[in-house]
Amino acid sequence: MYDVFMDPFVQMAQMPDLLVQVLWEGLVSGVLYALIALGFVLIFKASGVFNFAQGIMVVFSALSLVGIYQFLARNGFSGHLAAFVALVGAIGVMFLLAVAVEKIVLRPLVNQPDIILFMATFGITWFLIGLGEIIFGGEPKAMISDQLFLPRGAWNVDMLGGMVVFQKLDVAAAVIASLMIASLAVFFQKTRIGRALRAVADSHKAALSVGISLNQIWVIVWFAAGVVALVAGIMWGARSNVSFSLQIIALKALPVLILGGFTSVPGAIVGGLIIGVGEKLAEFYWGPLVGGGIEAWFAYVIALVFLLFRPQGLFGDKIIERI
Amino acid sequence: MFYREAGQFKDNYAADRAVFPILQDRIGLGVILLAAFLVVPLLGNAFFLNSIMTPFLIMALGAIGLNILVGYTGLLSLGTGAFMGVGAYAAYKLTTSFPQVNVLIWVMCSGFFAAAVGAVFGLPSLRIKGFYLAVATLAAQFFLQWSFVRVGWLYNHDPSGAIQIPARTLFGLPITGPHATPLTQYLVVLSIVVFMTLIASNIVHGRIGRSWMAVRDMDIAAQLMGIRLLPTKLLAFAVSSFFCGVAGALMVFFWLGAAEPVVFDINLSFKILFMVIIGGLGSLIGCFLGAALIHVLPIVIRMLPLGGDAAMVEHLTFLLVGALIIFFLIVEPHGLAQLWRLLKQKLRVWPFPY
Repeated sequence: MYDVFMDPFVQMAQMPDLLVQVLWEGLVSGVLYALIALGFVLIFKASGVFNFAQGIMVVFSALSLVGIYQFLARNGFSGHLAAFVALVGAIGVMFLLAVAVEKIVLRPLVNQPDIILFMATFGITWFLIGLGEIIFGGEPKAMISDQLFLPRGAWNVDMLGGMVVFQKLDVAAAVIASLMIASLAVFFQKTRIGRALRAVADSHKAALSVGISLNQIWVIVWFAAGVVALVAGIMWGARSNVSFSLQIIALKALPVLILGGFTSVPGAIVGGLIIGVGEKLAEFYWGPLVGGGIEAWFAYVIALVFLLFRPQGLFGDKIIERI
Repeated sequence: MFYREAGQFKDNYAADRAVFPILQDRIGLGVILLAAFLVVPLLGNAFFLNSIMTPFLIMALGAIGLNILVGYTGLLSLGTGAFMGVGAYAAYKLTTSFPQVNVLIWVMCSGFFAAAVGAVFGLPSLRIKGFYLAVATLAAQFFLQWSFVRVGWLYNHDPSGAIQIPARTLFGLPITGPHATPLTQYLVVLSIVVFMTLIASNIVHGRIGRSWMAVRDMDIAAQLMGIRLLPTKLLAFAVSSFFCGVAGALMVFFWLGAAEPVVFDINLSFKILFMVIIGGLGSLIGCFLGAALIHVLPIVIRMLPLGGDAAMVEHLTFLLVGALIIFFLIVEPHGLAQLWRLLKQKLRVWPFPY
């Protein structure tokens, strides 16, 4: 009992620098989970589709970025400029993907039950896995972080009687993710398209009746989710490598989603941070008691406990049931 | 002409409540069973039995389990793979602890362990609904898979971390382990699957099945009609996990022979869910059709002369299966079972269009 309820806290108090380090790691991975969850939320709000393919979109966008850059480099065009050309190219790929998904998959399946659309996104996932491996190959690729001006190295900060290491890349990831989230918030609140998106999220029928084109909105939403996926892919890719195993990490975004609520952008962010910090703390302080590796499922348990008290997530729309 | 129920009168309650009320259905079922028990073993070679028929039947059983939960009760679950794993590990522990008891008894008993675990993870279903529940069941998936890796007791502290199925016999014939022939394994699996399908069919056609469907269609309305939600939903989770657990035990004992925890990973859950959706929600025949499609399709694609090396074929398989899933969903969102129903309707009115 002492090991479970007292000892971890004693450790935390004895070594505050270590605690800060763990918290920071948790915050960074939380921001990245939030970024993946954001893509889910965008699509779920606007089309009611639970987009399982978000994980593979992260991988696919990052792969196309690296793939295009390598193609350019092979033809004698490399460096910073080529990297940004590749970035534009990858954004173009995500746009094409959004158009294709809307035209081929969503439009014929309008008005089908949610679970059918959910399964269709599974189909998209498998299709993209096959396509990605055929085009770019299955081996892990290094992200072109230097060419994209992503910083390397770390700051060592002396604090609380110890040293805490902040990877510059993690700081950059946190800053970029915050910028991304802020710009999405502005986009949603202030622009014409953003208002249309919110209208569609409120009610498909009402939005149609005031002249908003659903098909157009869906393309925009899937494209926005694709761009968010690209940013997430660059950040995850720079931390490790770009490979298909990233898709598993994307599953971590699911507890973030249920914690924050499927329809809430702030929920995705807060949920991401709670999950990220929670699972790192649990892994570091309680993990050794049961043999480690509890990161794999701890996030789901946190989410489950929250769900028992708020079945629609922390910030989700209240579920009202009528007969 | 051949398929018309005109003239088949039901003159007692038993005939009216029969699971297969139409004579042609009973004949058709008899033909299928005869083919499965006699023709397939006589004609099939070891590859056909071991790589296609046995896994197809096992997957179909798993799909029936999941269909009870998703199709009949409307509770979306992504933890099927882990529940199958519970069955497999339970059967393994039981048969290694009590080797003198027949392995078939342990395979069936393993379902009860899976049912207990399933009922525990089904508890949140009373408050959580829809996709929220699906993600909540992922907790079961990851937690159980983690236990299969970390709890050494489950695999008898084998240094490889995998479970190796010991050799066991039935009436003197080896049915598990390296000496069992694909034919005996196929027949054992077939018998169990037929028996369990019969049970499932009786459950879903009876009072329990009706109450599940009422909960699926609208749980508040069902509650008002006097169906107690907690026992009904938990029963659905337990029965569903029972079927999945037996399927998992069959999978390891009669098909794979050995299993690492990664066998029961989330991809297995998704595969079974594909089968249920492509086959048709709320239909037992759909489970078999879906299992046939999803399991056999990659094998067929791999055999096609597409050229390229093995990895390329593997990737093409992914691509084509993904595309075909989307295609089937667009063509018939109610699954292959709906096509089957339409076909029967056409036969019934043939040669007239309607």
